[in-house]
Amino acid sequence: MADEDVIRSQLPGIFYRRPDPDSDPFAEVGDEIQAGSVVGLVEVMKQFHEVTADSAGTIASFEVDNEQVVSPGDVVARLESTG
Amino acid sequence: MGESGLVRRVLVANRGEIAIRVIRACRDLGISPVAVYSEADRDALHVSLADDAIEIGPAHATKSYLLPDAIVDAARNCGAEAVHPGYGFLSEDPRLPSACEQAGITFVGPPADVMAAVGDKVQARAAAIAAGVPVVPGSDGRVQSAEHAHEVAETIGFPVMLKAAAGGGGRGIRVVETADGLDDAYRTAANEAAAAFGDGGLFIEKRLLRPRHVEVQVLADSHGNVIHLGERDCSVQRRKQKLIEEAPAPGLDLAIRQQLCQGAADFARGVGYRGAGTCEFLVDRDGNVCFIEMNARIQVEHGITELVTGVDLVAEQLRIASALTLDIEQSDVRLDGAAIEFRVNAEDPDNNFMPSPGAVTDWHVPGGPGVRIDTGFENGSVVQPYYDSLVAKLMVWGRDRPQALARARRALDEFQIDGITTTLGLHRRLLEWDALVDGQVDTEALERRLEAQPA
Repeated sequence: MADEDVIRSQLPGIFYRRPDPDSDPFAEVGDEIQAGSVVGLVEVMKQFHEVTADSAGTIASFEVDNEQVVSPGDVVARLESTG
Repeated sequence: MGESGLVRRVLVANRGEIAIRVIRACRDLGISPVAVYSEADRDALHVSLADDAIEIGPAHATKSYLLPDAIVDAARNCGAEAVHPGYGFLSEDPRLPSACEQAGITFVGPPADVMAAVGDKVQARAAAIAAGVPVVPGSDGRVQSAEHAHEVAETIGFPVMLKAAAGGGGRGIRVVETADGLDDAYRTAANEAAAAFGDGGLFIEKRLLRPRHVEVQVLADSHGNVIHLGERDCSVQRRKQKLIEEAPAPGLDLAIRQQLCQGAADFARGVGYRGAGTCEFLVDRDGNVCFIEMNARIQVEHGITELVTGVDLVAEQLRIASALTLDIEQSDVRLDGAAIEFRVNAEDPDNNFMPSPGAVTDWHVPGGPGVRIDTGFENGSVVQPYYDSLVAKLMVWGRDRPQALARARRALDEFQIDGITTTLGLHRRLLEWDALVDGQVDTEALERRLEAQPA
């Protein structure tokens, strides 16, 4: 699968789908997102970094659960390209 | 208590280098240390150095190291008479001393109510004023309205900072340069504070220009004895995070030094402090001194005070917690030479200080005269993504500052860590920085330098 169809974490750490535990997820399966849209956070060493999409599309699936550990380059979500 | 009057078994409620530091102090005193660890830390060095070790939960600190009940249960289960919190995690959370007290276990630190009082910015400021310690000019407590903010700001003079009463760690702060900007800043800051902290309350402080961060180490026992152990300069910071600290503060005016040290001891006495603590101050170029806060715990940089005073601060903490009197009086405290600490963090200075966890593949620590390394890692260790990025503290001592700087250069040249990216190279380059070599660094100097010439 080409890289424009996936969203990867650039960092190792803990993946979160929500900005904080009381908020809604950044995105859900079926959501249409734009290039640069935030789909999650990775917490590494007490810092939070945004996980963003490189291209527009519709979220087909999340490959990583909330609070799961990710490694650099891990696919966290897959996209169905729009258009 | 044992025959020595010391507690016999201590639960070390922390990980990494500070857990090992506490374990070593226990060993020196004949106390049995017990470690705690998360699932991710089963193979960590601190676990293997303790007499016993108890798993307290999953990797994420909120499910292990940050749970007061898990810590107290572990202490009960291993028969520990005392809990040492280290720094970070629960070390400044009054729930831990409270939970210890309820369980009949000694907490190595101040009582819960004293910890809560010094941790509250408004209460701490009032306590400082009561002790005759200079504070940052500003509103006494919260400002009531934008009009009130104008009145205070005109009195203390611009520039000022609007700070969220419920904020902390550098969050919720807004700088206002002139009266023209105050109304807008007040409205925005109040809204942001309400959103971020659920409390829109603000207070105002004067913004000091290019201040140094100078802090004073104190020890207070449960018999009313309070001493200070001189100061540390921690002005080499990035985003309020200290990178290099030194003792004594280079070139600090003797009268100011005495004012800070006396003020810190008076503050500690005034709040009924117990244990090791640190009073932090800002000192501007005109010699204005302002109290910032007291940290009610051992600090990362305590080791450089140990190097110039010869006092084992962690051992003193354990003695104080055992209700013994301080080993030394104020007149026994002698400062000898100069000490500098470099925080070696798993961060990439060339990439905006991006965290760099991972496995350490090659690890060579320096040695020789005047070198002390405190670390929780060794060859083959894994630096976990769950915890803070501190990998090692390199401390150097010299009979004077130039010798300490020369030894620092030698030690940093020897220090080798592969597999992860660290701040080692940045530290080595900073030792050629004129402002640092000359002892002229203020708290914003490193950020100015990094902007002008990226690491």
